Amino acid sequence: MSFKPVILWTDALVYVLIAVIVIFAWQVRRHEHLLAPWRRVGHSASGMAALTILMFFIVIGLLDTIHLRPAIQNGNGGSEAAYGVEVLSLLDLLGTPLRTQVETTYSAPFATHLYARETVELPDGGQVREFPRLKFGGAHLQDPEAQLAGDIATRAAAGTGLALLLWFLIATSVIALVAHRRNERFLSTFSAIWRGITPVPWRAVFVTLALILLLGGAALALCSDYHILGTDKVGQDVFYQSLKSIRTGLLIGTLTTLMMLPFALLLGVAAGYFRGWVDDLIQYLYTTLSSIPGVLLIAATVLMMQVYMETHPELFDTIAARADLRLLFLCIILGVTSWTGLCRLLRGETLKLREMEYIQAATAFGVSHWRIISRHIIPNVMHIVLITTVMDFSGLVLAEAVLSYVGVGVDPSTISFGTMINAARLEMAREPMVWWALFAAFSFMFALVLSANLFADAVQNAFDPRMKTLAALARTWRRKKHREEPVTKSSSPSEDSLPS
Amino acid sequence: MLNYIIRRILYAIPILVGVNLITFTLFFVVNTPDDMARMQLGIKRVTPDAIAKWKQERGYDQPLMFNNAREGLEKITRTIFFEKSVAMFAFRFGRADDGRDIAYEIRTRMLPSLAIALPVFVLGLIVYIAFALTMVFFRATYVDFWGVVLCVALMSISSLFYIIGGQFLISKLWHLVPISGYSQGLDSAKFLVLPVIIGVISAAGANTRWYRTLFLEEMGKDYVRTARAKGLPESAVLFRHVLQNALIPILTGAVVVIPLLFLGSLIVESFFGIPGLGSYTIDAINSQDFAVVRVMVFLGSLLYIVGLILTDISYTLVDPRIRLE
Repeated sequence: MSFKPVILWTDALVYVLIAVIVIFAWQVRRHEHLLAPWRRVGHSASGMAALTILMFFIVIGLLDTIHLRPAIQNGNGGSEAAYGVEVLSLLDLLGTPLRTQVETTYSAPFATHLYARETVELPDGGQVREFPRLKFGGAHLQDPEAQLAGDIATRAAAGTGLALLLWFLIATSVIALVAHRRNERFLSTFSAIWRGITPVPWRAVFVTLALILLLGGAALALCSDYHILGTDKVGQDVFYQSLKSIRTGLLIGTLTTLMMLPFALLLGVAAGYFRGWVDDLIQYLYTTLSSIPGVLLIAATVLMMQVYMETHPELFDTIAARADLRLLFLCIILGVTSWTGLCRLLRGETLKLREMEYIQAATAFGVSHWRIISRHIIPNVMHIVLITTVMDFSGLVLAEAVLSYVGVGVDPSTISFGTMINAARLEMAREPMVWWALFAAFSFMFALVLSANLFADAVQNAFDPRMKTLAALARTWRRKKHREEPVTKSSSPSEDSLPS
Repeated sequence: MLNYIIRRILYAIPILVGVNLITFTLFFVVNTPDDMARMQLGIKRVTPDAIAKWKQERGYDQPLMFNNAREGLEKITRTIFFEKSVAMFAFRFGRADDGRDIAYEIRTRMLPSLAIALPVFVLGLIVYIAFALTMVFFRATYVDFWGVVLCVALMSISSLFYIIGGQFLISKLWHLVPISGYSQGLDSAKFLVLPVIIGVISAAGANTRWYRTLFLEEMGKDYVRTARAKGLPESAVLFRHVLQNALIPILTGAVVVIPLLFLGSLIVESFFGIPGLGSYTIDAINSQDFAVVRVMVFLGSLLYIVGLILTDISYTLVDPRIRLE
């Protein structure tokens, strides 16, 4: 099948972001002092478990970022292929059954019949009110009442079985790799991981991975023949919508940071470094911006953007491009309204740093301002930037839902947690109640935000030793418990200190 | 002290001017009044006459900054900038799209907003401090650990779910209080209970964790060690010394939001159908009533700046070491 790749604006920015992260990681690997705090992140059990879940979300988000326009089959076999106007992502193609198997209206998870009675025409001309069979959900079953449970069980068992096999393969190869790096035998590494005494908390990672794979395996095995999370008002599969929402949430969380970083970094450092009128001006700027309540400023800006987009329809060629640009604008607006906090922090830190001896020495040697800022100041404020970035992420994902509810969030055609909740919030009042869309949005969002929060916690803990956060607490608590045990355990050698 | 306050108020003026300029740019320069008229009247079929009429009805039929058609001072006063933006300093807010006076609406809607926001604020402060103190008292034990886990979990739930879940559980399933609505006087209490509880719970995670950190930071200070060395029991150390000292950052941090309580909360009010300023703003956003949104942005910044000044004053009241010069 031929296709034409499409790079939307947000896609391009995601690629830029990946490039930035790769360069950053490469830099960190080369410098021991930069690597040390990341090792501490790697040694936090909750942080690594959260990272495992985040990676799963990120993979889905990335699959959903690669966009293309598939060719329309034209029978004459001409050399020139025509491309559809519909922009699809790799995730859409992988989940084609999810996307295309659209029922007529609500159906419950794993249902074989619609959720509401409908008038059905009988072949002999009469009419009955009944629950019609779904067109796709469980359509392969002859006798749904009798076969449904058994069919679901066998499919789920097959899915989880495959997932377990995959998990076993991953776990074995990781253990083998760790054993090789530590110059140990496979079994002793295995037992160390089993008892949870490796510096990198592999046990927590494996347990999390097993949970994800089991859930994912069962879901994958079932989702092509059932609507595992039901369907919404227009018959769309809720599971598919939840998967699509992940990209929107991740984008809002990451691209906003990408947008605000240049503002905050340049202005904050400039204000602290140059002081005088530059400082006054920048302080005035951020005091003014931050004195407008955030939601109101965002609402006003998005309203104005909506008007602009409505009155200039000629700027957007496809619906996808339009929705995408709106998402990008939302990120920009969120970025412009949220750089002030970080800017203030950076200004304070720079004020402190510029009085340090090494900066004064650099000034005395006649090093240029630009060089002092780029070589001495910016590297020394990066930990603040990093902590703020990871801390802000989950807040932004939550903010998207609220903004979309208020009506100033993403484009209504973009599937996001906010639009899902917005569409579903009146369904709780229906009789009988439709709960699955909210349940799906809740569980996916909760998993994403919770893991982001836990990871942010681990990062903050590693980079800012003053913070007494969850991980530190768990450590002291564990230490206390060990102290009560009669057998003192010798600390295992750090795998990092050994030559590889 | 008085000098300082006067100086602070004078300093607030350029900030308000800045806010005013930002809203002016947003609402009149990014999109011209013509654009807004076309948007309101429907994009497709709209005649120049209809646009002119729409603009004239709302007073947008003037030049933005300079009116060359007029003489003398009117060159400046007969402009959109002067009549729509500068007039806000005199609290002349004009009329909404439905013809009602915005200033009157704000006056009547302030009280319902306050009726929700004030109990949430006070109750929240008490609950969070109590919760945080409990965790600090049992620090490095199961209570503390699971308390923090609970906080992180609470932080990870969108406030929309608290509202939807609370409405469903308490109003629909248990039929304890009405789902939404509002009435005057004491009768309104039964409508306010649920929004207040949900307001408190939805901010519990982040605030409790923050207060816990403040308490723990205070615990590490020298005077705490001295107090323990004197032989004071842990509870006395915690409640008499740590609590009082940690209250300073907590209270002064809370003062800044007091004026903003008048604005109410956007989503809580709109979910529960409370006729406050929050739901007013939401309705304005949904019906694209730009005049109302503009006024709310201005009012919000004004109240925030008042809050900042109050914060500075409250510092001197609770901490005699701080003198404002």
